[in-house]
Amino acid sequence: MSAAWACRRRAVLRGLVAGALAPALPGAALAERFAGAYDPQAEAIGDGLWLVRGADEPISFANGGAIANCAILASDDGAILFDPGASRGEGHALDALAKRLTGKAVARVYISHLHPDHALGAAAFAPAMVHALPATRAGLEREGEALADGMYRLLADWMKGTDLVLPRPDVRAGPLVFGGRSIELVALDGHTSGDLALIDHATGTLLAGDLVFHDRAPATPHADLAAWRAALDRLEALPHRLLVPGHGPPDASGRHHAIAQTRDWLGWLEETLRDCVKRGLDMGEAGEVPIPARFSGMKAARYELQRSVSHFYPAMEASLLPRL
Amino acid sequence: MVRRIAAGLAGKAALAALCVPALAIVGPAACPAAAQDPQALDRAQVPADPLGSPMWEHHAAGLLTSGRILFDPRVAVRLPLLAENQHVFPVTVDARALEANGRPKVRRIVLLADLNPIPVAVDFTLHRAAPFLATRIKLDQRTPVRALVQTEDGTWHVGGQWIDAAGGGCSAPPVSRARGDWADHLGEARGAMWSAAEGPQLDGPVPPGGMARLRLAFRHPMDTGLVENIPPYFIESLKLRDAGGAVLAEMAIAASVAEDPAFTVIVPATGAVRFEAVDTGGLVFAGTVQP
Repeated sequence: MSAAWACRRRAVLRGLVAGALAPALPGAALAERFAGAYDPQAEAIGDGLWLVRGADEPISFANGGAIANCAILASDDGAILFDPGASRGEGHALDALAKRLTGKAVARVYISHLHPDHALGAAAFAPAMVHALPATRAGLEREGEALADGMYRLLADWMKGTDLVLPRPDVRAGPLVFGGRSIELVALDGHTSGDLALIDHATGTLLAGDLVFHDRAPATPHADLAAWRAALDRLEALPHRLLVPGHGPPDASGRHHAIAQTRDWLGWLEETLRDCVKRGLDMGEAGEVPIPARFSGMKAARYELQRSVSHFYPAMEASLLPRL
Repeated sequence: MVRRIAAGLAGKAALAALCVPALAIVGPAACPAAAQDPQALDRAQVPADPLGSPMWEHHAAGLLTSGRILFDPRVAVRLPLLAENQHVFPVTVDARALEANGRPKVRRIVLLADLNPIPVAVDFTLHRAAPFLATRIKLDQRTPVRALVQTEDGTWHVGGQWIDAAGGGCSAPPVSRARGDWADHLGEARGAMWSAAEGPQLDGPVPPGGMARLRLAFRHPMDTGLVENIPPYFIESLKLRDAGGAVLAEMAIAASVAEDPAFTVIVPATGAVRFEAVDTGGLVFAGTVQP
C-alpha cells in the first residue's frame, strides 16, 4: 500500500467512518465515538523500574488498545521504554509518564515484537531512538500497514496520527550499558519470528515480552509452537528475581510460575486441536471444547482458543485427515 | 417429493442469481430469481428481522418460497466470538432440535451472510442427512450470518447472529493464488467418517444403522471473481451417495465458501459414502469415504 493511500485512508477514517457511514448500518456499535485520554498507571517494581500494566483483555475501543504491559527504566541518559503501546496517543502518554517518574523523557524505545499492541506506539517517538530485532523490523515492513489497518478498524479515534514508525533493526543479543544502566538483550523467537526479552541487572528483572503470558491466555497469530517452547526453556534458564510478562501480572514467585503456565497452555492447545481433528470436529466445534479447570483463572481463554483454532486448524487438518 | 425437487431447483436458481455480485445490490425488481419464481414472497409477507439487517427483506423475498417464516431459536447458528480470519470463518448450523418428538423433517438449509457480495454460501438439500452443517465461509464485512431452514411442511425456520469482520474476505486473492501452487493440488480430497451417535463424543467405530459424521475437505481456490484478473472458479456442487447409489445429501456451493472448502455433515451409517464434487470448470472430484 502506498503512503499516499495510507494517509488518505486515515483521513477518511478520522473524518468519516463513524459519522457518514454509520446511518446505513444498524447498531449503536457503529455510532460516532470519540476516544478518551490514555491514563497509564505506573507501579514501581524495582529501583528505577516501573511497570505499566495493560488491560488483560482483547483489544477493544473501550481500552484503546492499551492491553500490553510496558516497562519504564530510569537511566542517566533518559528513560528506556520497553514497548511503546498500541498508538501514538498511548506512546505519548507513556513518554509523559516516564518523564514524571524519572525526570527525563524517553531516550530509547525497544519494541519486543511486531504485534500492534506492542509496536505501533513507536509513532510517538523519533524513529532513530526506536530499536528492535531485525526479524521484528522485517515483519513490520511486511505486515505493519495491514496490522495498522486492523487497529484503525477496531480503535478508530484512538489511533489518530498513528503512522507506522519502523524500528532500527539493530538489536543484537548481549550485554549493554545505557546511561549507566546495565541491561542484557535476549534474542528469541516462537511467539513471532523475532521476540526480544530484556534483563535489568540492577533489579534482577526479566522483561519477557509476549513469550510469557500470565493469567491471560497466550495469543498465537504468528506462533511457531516448538520454537516458542524452546524460547521458554531459554528464559527459564536465565537468572531473574522478577518476571514481567507481555500480558498479565508480574511473576515474583521465583518458581517460574508464569513460564510454566504459558508452556502448559501451549502444550494443551496443540494436543487438544490435534485431538479435535482426529475426533472429526470442524473448526467451530474445536473452538467450543471445554477449557480445563486449571486455566479457569486465565483471562480471555475462550477468545484466544478460538483465535488459535483459526491459526492452526486448517494446517493440522491438511496433515491429519486421511487423503481420499 | 415433487414439491421438494421444485423447491431445490428454485433454490438453485436463486443461488445462481445471487452469485452474480451486482444483483445482490440492485434490488428485487432487477433480480430474476425473485421475478421469475412463482413461489417467491411478496415483501409484505416477510416478517421484520430481529437482527435489523438492511438486506433481510430483499434476501427473504428472493430466497424463501411461500410458507410460514419463523425466527426460531431451535436453529442454532454457532459462530466464534470473533472473525479472526475473514477468509476462513467457521460456521456451525445445528437444527436437529427442529426434528425432535416426531416434528416435520428438515428438507433444506440455506446458509446466508446478508451483507456479503455473494450472500448465499451453501444451499444444502438434506435428502437423508441430519439437519447439521459445519463449514467455513468468507466475510466481506460485518454481517448477519444465518441459516434458513425449511421443514417438510414448508415452514422456514431462521436462526443467525451478527459477526463483526474486517473487510476483504471475498475480494482478496486466496492464499494458494498468492503462493502460486493452487493448480498443483487442485481437487485433492481429505476426509473420514466417525460415529455421530453420541453427538460431540465422536470416538469409536461407526455403528451400522446409526448416523455417521462425515468430514470432507477439498483443495480448491474458490475464486470469487471479485479479485482483479482472477475469474470466478469454484466448486459449485457436492453430492453424497450410499454404496447403492442413492443420494444421501447434496449441496449447491457458492464462491463465498472459504478456499479449500471443508464440510461436516451427518448421514445414515450405511457403509461407504461416494462423493462427487463438480467445479465451475467442469472438473469432477470424486471418491469414496470408508466407514
